[in-house]
Amino acid sequence: MIETERAATLATPGPAERVRLLLVRLFVRLGVLPFLLLVAVVVFASLSENFLTVRNLTNVVRQAVYLLIVSLGQMLALLTGGFDLSVGTILALTSVVSASAMAAAHAAFPELPWLSIALGSMAGLAAGTAIGVANGLGVALFGVSPFIMTLGMASVGFGIALYLTGGVPVYGMPVLFGEVFGFGTLLGVPVPILIAALLVLVMLVLVYRTRLGRSFYAVGGNIKAARLSGIDTRRVLFATYVLCALATSIGGLLLTARLDTGEANIGASMPLESIAACVIAGVSLRGGVGRVENVVLGALFIVLVQNGMNLARIESYLQTVVLGLLLILAVIADQLRLRAMASLRA
Amino acid sequence: MAAAPLLELRGVSKAYPGVLALDRVDLELRAGEVHVLFGENGAGKSTLISLVAGVQAPDAGEIRLAGTAVRFASVHEACRAGVSAVFQEFSLVPQLTVAENIVLGDEPRCGLLLDVTAARRIARELLDRLGFALDPDARVEGLTRAEQQMVEIAKAFRSEPRVLVLDEPTASLTEREARRLLALVEQLETQGVGILYITHRMGEIRRIGDRVTVLRDGRKIATVPATTSEDELVRLMTGRAIEQIFPPLPPVPAGAPVLRVEDLTTRSGSVVAASFALRAGEILGFAGLVGSGKSEAARAVFGLEPITSGRLLLDGAPVETPTPAAMLARGVLYLPPDRREEGLAMVRPARENMTMAALDRPELGPGPWLGPFREARLAHELARRIELRPAAPERTVELFSGGNQQKILLARALARPVRLLMLDEPTVGVDMATRAAIYRLVVELAERGTAILLVSSDLPEILHLSHRVLVFHRGRVRAELVGAEIGEEAVLQHFFEREAA
Repeated sequence: MIETERAATLATPGPAERVRLLLVRLFVRLGVLPFLLLVAVVVFASLSENFLTVRNLTNVVRQAVYLLIVSLGQMLALLTGGFDLSVGTILALTSVVSASAMAAAHAAFPELPWLSIALGSMAGLAAGTAIGVANGLGVALFGVSPFIMTLGMASVGFGIALYLTGGVPVYGMPVLFGEVFGFGTLLGVPVPILIAALLVLVMLVLVYRTRLGRSFYAVGGNIKAARLSGIDTRRVLFATYVLCALATSIGGLLLTARLDTGEANIGASMPLESIAACVIAGVSLRGGVGRVENVVLGALFIVLVQNGMNLARIESYLQTVVLGLLLILAVIADQLRLRAMASLRA
Repeated sequence: MAAAPLLELRGVSKAYPGVLALDRVDLELRAGEVHVLFGENGAGKSTLISLVAGVQAPDAGEIRLAGTAVRFASVHEACRAGVSAVFQEFSLVPQLTVAENIVLGDEPRCGLLLDVTAARRIARELLDRLGFALDPDARVEGLTRAEQQMVEIAKAFRSEPRVLVLDEPTASLTEREARRLLALVEQLETQGVGILYITHRMGEIRRIGDRVTVLRDGRKIATVPATTSEDELVRLMTGRAIEQIFPPLPPVPAGAPVLRVEDLTTRSGSVVAASFALRAGEILGFAGLVGSGKSEAARAVFGLEPITSGRLLLDGAPVETPTPAAMLARGVLYLPPDRREEGLAMVRPARENMTMAALDRPELGPGPWLGPFREARLAHELARRIELRPAAPERTVELFSGGNQQKILLARALARPVRLLMLDEPTVGVDMATRAAIYRLVVELAERGTAILLVSSDLPEILHLSHRVLVFHRGRVRAELVGAEIGEEAVLQHFFEREAA
């Protein structure tokens, strides 16, 4: 009976069926992102003639830098089967700590702007990474679920950032900081883009060419199997959250340079946006699956959509709605993809 | 017999990704009959009863209950139609009491509220009838495995089933409890209940069985009277001459033991004062029932079970607290029984799974780096040695058949130098051809001087692949059999409590 059914489907591979099968194969292989990109480009190009211009697209890339860097960190957390809800806080804490330290140093040594920049950046990176260390200790050592640990630290970090500044933006950094890291160019390429490109490169090497990188996939793929294979799963989980925080912290520094102030209120939408960028790019929420190249595209896509909506004069409140829907859509697409995969196999 | 059989399966098939678990199986269960399902692990017994009990639906064929075709959407529906099942995996809610579990899904009610007194009375009556000494108010999580088994059985009896499916119900019972259960089964039989009974125990087949249906690789081989000789049943079950499956064992070279374990006791009490040793090139079989401690002993050596007392010596040097990483560094590898649960990262490629335990090896790259070409070369070499089909190391593990997944797991032992390899149920759910390939690899490893500890519930595997066999019973090493002493009777007689008969 099974044989006859199978024979029947084999005998009639109509052209429509063939196209459908090809699309399903493409979907399984590439995920939902290429389809979404195509739709977004077509829709926004028809809504605004300014959308598909070199100027605008360059702008998109420059705006995407911050989300992109945070998403790279978020990807590590997702790869190991967790996530990091504290990335927004890490951004904020890095911003206010670096700005405060930089401003203080600048007031003390006004003739040495690079020294202030170096000191302030170190302080910011240290503060941001400290949140990651706490996350890592909680998840790896005490077995707190990433959800609770990073949610808790998000509150802790945000509180500290507000406490340090009294909720007021921090001014007084050397002008050079913003000039170089916010708006500077090197060989015609904006410095933030260069730094992001460098980070992507580092991430590619880390994830694909090192033992630690492989361990992220092994732990996310099956943590028990990883442990039985001699992988120190605690160390890997700890490294995950520290590296995620470090990347996010670098993003925070760049954002501070761009804004020219230290603010506790930046990054509130970062957890959602970075998880959305990763998931749309095919990073599995169950861990063990995800590629750096795709996450770069995912982050670009999110910013592209925001940019397109701005050009199409869609209200910013509604933009938030669209973003939430996109995240959910991406997760649904991920489920559909699993089912499609199973159907192809049968 | 003129009347339609109580339960009838006609051409029933069920496929899982990559494997045809049941292939056009016919089966007929009469009222007042104990029909035994007999076969190796992975032969399709569990799949068959899951279809009968409504856990899942067949892909093809039909199930007829008293002459009418039925299609159960759920266990609950099957239960209402008069088909109850007791599975090996318990379906109890640990936080609820015995009574609450027994009435779960069909609670007596008093208006909108649960009638707690009635629930307790129902449970009490059932337990009394079955002769189980259990407190209806006890919480299930506090019960022993045998007691939980009794609750599970009581639950199945609640609906007064016409067809009762029992999956190795005596496996975790004591001799007394088991005898009680068998008496009960006989009593039900006289009441006209049809019983589908899975067991590996010859004694039970003789005592309560009427007919035996033998399954192998998803196909029905034969239905024979329960009086059929043991040899014949085993022949039907394995389907071929033993020599075709198992390669000849190489002799064990003399020498000091690689591993020596003295008085090992685990914190959970799963292993009690176990001592054993094995030499390079020797295959030591661990036999015993599920929960006898045979698996836990191996896991304790690899640092997966906390040890309270005992000594562990590797090449004569004591190991204080074993951990997987430390044991791997010393050339000890344990491969777990459940490849999905603990063995493989299913979403990752075969290559990464094969090299997973070798990430600390210099062959894969200097310092913290992984050389992609070196790894790819190693993966290809491993795929060739394990006869991976298809020979595509980049393919996601999930897409391989069960047998090939098992081979991928085994490849970990070839990816790095291993002096002691511990295999825990290495052929669960694996077809005969793959088994033969796995056995060849194991013997090849032994020939090259790897000490092999083989934990297995598969008796033929233990009998034909071990130089020496230890039989575990309730956490203790109960018997040691060497060479010609290793025989089915000799091994099996140590599995159970001493039979009174």
